[in-house]
Amino acid sequence: MGKVNEDLIKERAKCSFNVEELTNFLDEGRDKTLERREREKLILTKKEEIFGGPPDYYLSHKEKYETAIRRAVVLFSLIRKLHAKNNTDLTNYKNILSVIFGTSISQDGSPFGLHYIMFMPVFMSQADEDQQKKWLQRALDCSIIGSYAQTELGHGTFIRGLETTATYDPATKEFVLHSPTLTAYKWWPGALGNTANYCIVMAQLYIKGKCYGIHSFIVQVRDEESHVPLPGIKVGEMGAKMGLNIVNNGFLGFEHVRIPRTNMLMKHAKVLEDGTYVKSKNPKLIYGTMVFVRVVIVFNSVHMLAKAVVVATRYSAVRRQTQMKPGEPELQIIDFVTQQDKVFSAVAGCFAMMMNGRRLWETFYIIDEQLHKGNLERLGELHALACCLKAISTSDSAMFTERCRLACGGNGFMHSSNLPLTYALTSASCTYEGDNTVLLLQTARFLLKVWRQMDSVPLTPTVAYLKEASTPGYYDKWDNTVDGIIRGYRTVAMRKISACVETMTNKIMSGMSQEDAWNTTSIELVSAAEAHCRALVISTYHEDMSKACEGMSPPLAEVMQQLVQLYAVYWTLEKLADFLQYTPISSTDVAFLRSWYVELLEKIRPNAVGLVDAFDIIDEFLQSSLGAYDGRVYERLMEEALKSPLNAEPVNQSFHKYLKPFMQGKL
Amino acid sequence: MAEKKVCEDLVKERKKCTFNVEELTQLIDGGEDKTKERREVEDMVINAGGLSTKNEVPEEYLSHKERYENAIRKASILFEVFREYAKAHDTTDAFSPTNKYRVSFGVVKDISPFMLHMGMFVPTLMNQSDPDQVAEWLPKALSMEYIGTYAQTELGHGTFLRGLETTATYDPSTEEFVLNSPTLTSYKWWPGGLAHTANHCVVVAQLYTKGVCHGVHPFLVQIRDLETHMPLQGIKVGEIGPKLGFQTANNGFLGFNHYRIPRRSMLMKNAQVLKDGTYIKSKNDKLTYGTMVFVRVLIVTDLAYELSRAATIAVRYSAVRHQSQPKPNEPEPQILDYVTQQHKLFIGVATSHAYRVTGHWLWNSYSKVIKDVSKGNMDQLPELHALACCLKAVCSRDANARIEEFRLACGGHGYMASSNLPIINGIVTATITYEGEYTVLMLQTARFLVKAWKEATTGKAKTPTVSYLVEFYNNGRVNWENTPSTMVKGFQAIAAGKIRTAYETLERHVKSGMDYEDAWNMSSVQLVNASEAHCRAILTEISWKEMVRLSTIVSPSLAPVLLQLAELYLTYWTLEKRGDHLMYSTITNGDIQKLQTRYEELLSLIRPNAVGLVDAFDIRDEILNSTLGAYDGRVYERLMEEALKSPLNAEPVNQSFHKYLKPLMLKARL
Ligand SMILES: Cc1cc2nc3c(=O)[nH]c(=O)nc-3n(C[C@H](O)[C@H](O)[C@H](O)COP(=O)(O)OP(=O)(O)OC[C@H]3O[C@@H](n4cnc5c(N)ncnc54)[C@H](O)[C@@H]3O)c2cc1C
Ligand SMILES: Cc1cc2nc3c(=O)[nH]c(=O)nc-3n(C[C@H](O)[C@H](O)[C@H](O)COP(=O)(O)OP(=O)(O)OC[C@H]3O[C@@H](n4cnc5c(N)ncnc54)[C@H](O)[C@@H]3O)c2cc1C
Repeated sequence: MGKVNEDLIKERAKCSFNVEELTNFLDEGRDKTLERREREKLILTKKEEIFGGPPDYYLSHKEKYETAIRRAVVLFSLIRKLHAKNNTDLTNYKNILSVIFGTSISQDGSPFGLHYIMFMPVFMSQADEDQQKKWLQRALDCSIIGSYAQTELGHGTFIRGLETTATYDPATKEFVLHSPTLTAYKWWPGALGNTANYCIVMAQLYIKGKCYGIHSFIVQVRDEESHVPLPGIKVGEMGAKMGLNIVNNGFLGFEHVRIPRTNMLMKHAKVLEDGTYVKSKNPKLIYGTMVFVRVVIVFNSVHMLAKAVVVATRYSAVRRQTQMKPGEPELQIIDFVTQQDKVFSAVAGCFAMMMNGRRLWETFYIIDEQLHKGNLERLGELHALACCLKAISTSDSAMFTERCRLACGGNGFMHSSNLPLTYALTSASCTYEGDNTVLLLQTARFLLKVWRQMDSVPLTPTVAYLKEASTPGYYDKWDNTVDGIIRGYRTVAMRKISACVETMTNKIMSGMSQEDAWNTTSIELVSAAEAHCRALVISTYHEDMSKACEGMSPPLAEVMQQLVQLYAVYWTLEKLADFLQYTPISSTDVAFLRSWYVELLEKIRPNAVGLVDAFDIIDEFLQSSLGAYDGRVYERLMEEALKSPLNAEPVNQSFHKYLKPFMQGKL
Repeated sequence: MAEKKVCEDLVKERKKCTFNVEELTQLIDGGEDKTKERREVEDMVINAGGLSTKNEVPEEYLSHKERYENAIRKASILFEVFREYAKAHDTTDAFSPTNKYRVSFGVVKDISPFMLHMGMFVPTLMNQSDPDQVAEWLPKALSMEYIGTYAQTELGHGTFLRGLETTATYDPSTEEFVLNSPTLTSYKWWPGGLAHTANHCVVVAQLYTKGVCHGVHPFLVQIRDLETHMPLQGIKVGEIGPKLGFQTANNGFLGFNHYRIPRRSMLMKNAQVLKDGTYIKSKNDKLTYGTMVFVRVLIVTDLAYELSRAATIAVRYSAVRHQSQPKPNEPEPQILDYVTQQHKLFIGVATSHAYRVTGHWLWNSYSKVIKDVSKGNMDQLPELHALACCLKAVCSRDANARIEEFRLACGGHGYMASSNLPIINGIVTATITYEGEYTVLMLQTARFLVKAWKEATTGKAKTPTVSYLVEFYNNGRVNWENTPSTMVKGFQAIAAGKIRTAYETLERHVKSGMDYEDAWNMSSVQLVNASEAHCRAILTEISWKEMVRLSTIVSPSLAPVLLQLAELYLTYWTLEKRGDHLMYSTITNGDIQKLQTRYEELLSLIRPNAVGLVDAFDIRDEILNSTLGAYDGRVYERLMEEALKSPLNAEPVNQSFHKYLKPLMLKARL
C-alpha cells in the first residue's frame, strides 16, 4: 500500500469517537467483527486467484462470465469450508448469506448468488424430509448448483398467469413439464444460463385435466457429468444487461420433459401416486420464504449503499476543488455544504435502513415461529411490512447511491470508481422480487383493510399508531424534535390512508366497480403506502438507535443521535408538502428545520470519514479507485486506465483499416 | 422471412388515435420540408453499405477494445455519408437544434468517438479563432483531415478552471509556446475521442508570457502524426478506461513533456500574444462564454430527443405487455391501463415536448444575444448565461429521472441491454455532470439571482427573465385558482420567495460576521433551491406559452392534444411542488384535491393517444435499437432473438464448466 493521503490522515485524527466501537456495532458484536476479519484473512490468502487479472470491464461478455466462474469457484471453496459445520437453521443461514454479500469477487455480483439467495431458502422451506435428505447437503456443498425459475418472458408480477405446465401422468408416476408458448419460457433466473444444473421451477400443476395452480418442482437441467442440457430442455443465457452481467441470468423452455413425481416439492401440498391432490394444510406458509428473501434484500441494499457512501465520503475528503478565498488553498469538496447534503444524508439513510432491516428480521423471526405453530394472525402484517420496506429500502438506496455517484463529478462515471455498477445492482433490486409499485400497492391493500376494521379488530403493532393518530388532538401544535417529526409522519400516513378510503368509497358509491375505483385511486394509494413506510422507518430507527445508544460510549452515541436527527429532518424537508398539507407545521418551523439541517451537517462533518471507515469494507471488496483506504485516487485512476488493452499499443489497428482511408476520403 | 405482423394491441391503439400523427411529426421537426429532409438523411445512412447490424454480434457482447474498433469502423462510414450529403446540401443546420442527424444513434448506439469533433472542437474553432485561423483550420476540420477534440478537464480539476495546471509558456526566441504537464493531476482527463481517435486537440492551459500568468487560454495542438497516427514526441496520450456509458466515446488522457507549438496555435479571436511576448487582453472576458452557452443550449433539445426515444420504447411496450388480472374472468389488461403506469409514462412524453419548445425558445434568445454581442452589446450576456446554466442543470437532472422511470416501468425487461434503455440512461445521466456539474451551475445562476434580487428591492430595472421579481418582491401571495395562468404565476411567486429566503439567509450570515464566501457556502443549499425554483418558473411559463401558441397553428384535432400535454406538465409540477405553493399562494387542500382529480382526468384523456404520440416522434426501428420499442411490437420474439446472439449461447457447455465448475462440484462429492 502506498502512503495515505494527507487529508485523510487529518480527517481520521479529527474523529471524535472510537471507530472500532462503531464497527463492532455494525457487525453486531465484537466477536462477529473478529470472525469477519478472520474470514477476510482467509480469503486474502487467495488474493491473486480471486481478485487478480485484468479488470472485468475490459473483457467481452463471455470472458467476463468465464472469469467470474474461475474466481467464484476459488472463493466458494473457501466459503464452503466455513459453513461446513452449520446446519440449516435460518439464523445460521442468514449468517452464511451475509458472508456472501460481504464478499464481492467482482463489482458485478456473482454467478452463485442465486443458488444461495433463492434456490436454497426455497428448497429448505418447501422440500419435504425425504427431499431434503436427498438434495440439501449436496446443495450446501455446491455439489449441485441451483437456480430459481419463476418469471417467464410473459409474466413476472402476475404469478397466477404463468404458462409453464406440469401435468401428472399416473401411468409412469411422472410430471410432464412443458412450455406451450414463447411467452412461457422461463426468463431471468440467475445462474440458469450456463451455470446451474438444477433448478426450482414454478409451474401450473395439472392432474386429470384439472389445474391446481402454481407449484414448485426441482428439475435437473444439465447432466452432472457433461453439463450438457438434458433432452427436451432448452436453456441459454438471456443476454447483456445494465448490470449483473456475470450473474448469468438465463432462459429455459421444456418440451414435454418428464420428471419423477417425487420432484415436486411436497412439504406443503402433495400429489399422491394415483394422482390424488392433497392440499396444503396451510397454503400461506409459502409466504414465509418470500418474506425471508425480502429481508435479505433490505440487508443487501444497506450493504450496497454502504459501499457508495464509503467511496463518496473518502473521495470528497481527498478531492479539492475551487478556491473560495484568494490566497487560500482549494477547499476539500466535503466542505461544501451542498456536498455534505448529498453525502451525509446518504450515510444517515444507510444507518436508518440497517436498523430497520434488523427490526424486520426480528419481526420475521417471531412471526415465522408463530406461523409454524399455526398462528396466522400477523401474517398479513408481516407481508405488508416486508413489501413496503423492500420497496422503500431499494428505491432509497438506489436514489442515494446515484446521488453519491453524481457527487463524485466526472470521476464517479468511471467504472473503476465502482459507483456505476453499485447503482446498477441497487437499481435492479427495485424490480426483482416484486416491482416496487406493485409491492406498495400490496401494502396499501393491507392498510385499507386495517383502516376499515379499525374499530372492530385490534390493531397489530406496526399499524397501532393509526388509531392514536386519528384521535382528535393528537397533533395540534408542531414540535420541532425527532419525536415531533415522527408524530408528523404518523399524522401524514393516517390522513393519506383515510383520504384513500374516502375516495374509494365515493367512487364505489357512484357506481364504479371496486377494481376500477382501486385503479383510479392507485397513485394516492402508492403514496399512502410510502407515507406509512416512512413513518415506520423513522420511528424504528429512532427507537432502536436510542436503545442501542444506551450501550455505547457517549462520543459514539452522540454521533449516532446526530445521524438520526439528520435523517428525520432530511425526510421532513423532502416531504414538506405532506407536512404542510396535513400537520400544523408553519413556515417558521420550516425555516427552523432548514437551519437545523445545516447545523447537523456541520456537526457531522468532522466525523464523516470516521463514520465510513467504521463500515470496515476492505479495499479488495470495495474495488474502487476513488474509495480506497489510502485515498490515492489520482494514482489509482491512472493505474486502472493503463490496464486498458487499448493503451497497450500507441496506434489502434482501426486507424489503418478505417480512420485513415476515411480521413483521406478514400473509404 | 415472411412479412412480420404488427402486434394486435398496437394495431388497435393506432386506430384509436384522434389526431393525424404525421402532422405532429412535422410540427416536431419544424415543418413538412424538415421532416422530408430528415427522412432523406436517414434513408441515405440506413441504406449505406457496411452498416447492417442485422446478424452481427451486438456491441454489448464485445470486449472494450473490440467495441471501440467496431465504433470507429461504423462512425467512419457514417461520416462518409454525411460528407457526401454535405456536398449537395447546406449542413450548417448541424450546429442548431435539429433531429436531422440523429440517425447516427442507429449506427453507433452509444456515443460516437467523433462526438467531440462536431460538438466541441469545430464550434470552438469557429468561435475563438481569428479570421486567418478560421480560414486555415476550419476547412480541414470540416473535411475531417483534422479530427479534433476539446481538452479542458484535468485529473485534478474539472469545475474549477482557474485551477488547471497545464502550462503554455511563451518562448519569444523561437516564437513558440511550450506546453507542459507538471504533475499527475495536470494530465488532461476526459476529452472524448482523445485517446486513439483525434489527431488534433484544443487544449486549455495557463498562459505564461514574460513570467506572468494570464490565466487559461485555448490552443490548437496537433497530437498525432497525420500519416502514421503515432503520438508526437513529447505527448503522452491514452484512454481513461470504461465508464457507466460513453463506452465508445474514446475519452482520453493527455500529458505534455515540454511540447512546443507555434505561437499562432493560440486561438486569437479574443486575447492575443504578440511575437515579442506582449499579451493583449480580450476586450471582454465574457466573450469566451459563447461556446459554453452554445453547448448548454443545445443540450436542452438533445434531452428532449433522448426523452422521446425512451418514451417510444416504454409506451409501446406498455401497450403490448399484459399483466395481472384485477377482474376475475377478464383478460389481463395492458399495463398501459394502470393509472400508476400512466403516471410514470405520460409526464415523460409531456416533458419531451416541454423541453423541445423551451429549447427552441432558448436557442432564439441565444441567437439574438450573440448578434447583439457581435455589435458590441453585452448587456444580455449574464442573463443568458444564468438561464443556460440552470436550464441545462435542471433539465438534465429531470430527464435522467424520467428516463429511469421509463426503464423501471418496463419491469425486468427494461434492465436488458437490448431494450436500449440502459444505454440511453448512460448518455443522459452524463449530461448532469459534463459541461458544468449540476450543483456548480445552479450556484452560478444563484449568483445572478442574488444580484437581481438586490436590484429588485431597490426598484432598479430588471432583465426580462427575472422581471417577475418586481411583482413578488414584497412577498405577495398568489391568489390561487386552479388555472394554468395561476399555476405559472404560482411558480414565479415560489421562485421569488425562495430567492428572498436564500438572500436573507446569506445576509444574516454576513451580518453575523462571516466572510461573504463562507456565508455563501452556509446558504448554498437554499441558493440551489432558489435556482431550481427560478428554473421551474421559466420552464412552466415558456413551455405553456409555446404549446398554447403551437396549438393555435395546428389542426383542430391536434390542438387539444397539445394543450393536454402542456396542462399535464403544469399540473404534474404544481402537485409535485404543492408544498411550495402552500407557502407562497393561497392554494388550499381542497384545490390540491381538485388538481389531483384533474391530473388523473388528463391521464385518461391522453391514454387513447399514447401510442400515436410516440409514433409521432417518428424514430425508426434502426435508430431506436430496442427490442421493446419496435414499431411492430413483437417484443417477446425480439427479446429471444437478441438473447440468442449472445456468444455464450453459441455452445451448449461453456469451457469454464470443465475447467472450474466441475472440479468444484466433484470435490464436494468426495
Ligand atoms: C436483475 C434481475 C434478476 C432477476 N432474477 C430472477 C430470478 O432469479 N428468478 C426469477 O424467477 N425472476 C427473476 N427476475 C424477474 C423479476 O422477478 C421480475 O422482473 C419482477 O417480478 C417484475 O416483473 P415483470 O418484469 O414482469 O414486470 P411487469 O409486471 O411487467 O411490470 C411492468 C410495469 O407494469 C406495472 N404493473 C404490473 N402489474 C401491475 C399491477 N397489477 N398494478 C399496477 N401496475 C402494474 C409495474 O408497476 C411496472 O411499471 C429478475 C429480474 C431482474 C431485473
Ligand atoms: C461523460 C463525460 C464526458 C466528458 N467529456 C469531456 C470533454 O470532452 N472535455 C473535457 O474537457 N471534459 C470532459 N468531461 C469532464 C467534465 O466537464 C467534468 O467532469 C465536469 O466539469 C465536472 O467537473 P469535475 O469532474 O471536476 O467535478 P468536481 O468539480 O470534482 O465535482 C465533485 C463534487 O464537488 C462539488 N463541487 C465542486 N466545486 C464546487 C463548488 N464550488 N461549490 C459547491 N460544490 C462544488 C460538485 O457539486 C460535485 O458534487 C466529461 C465528463 C464526463 C462525465
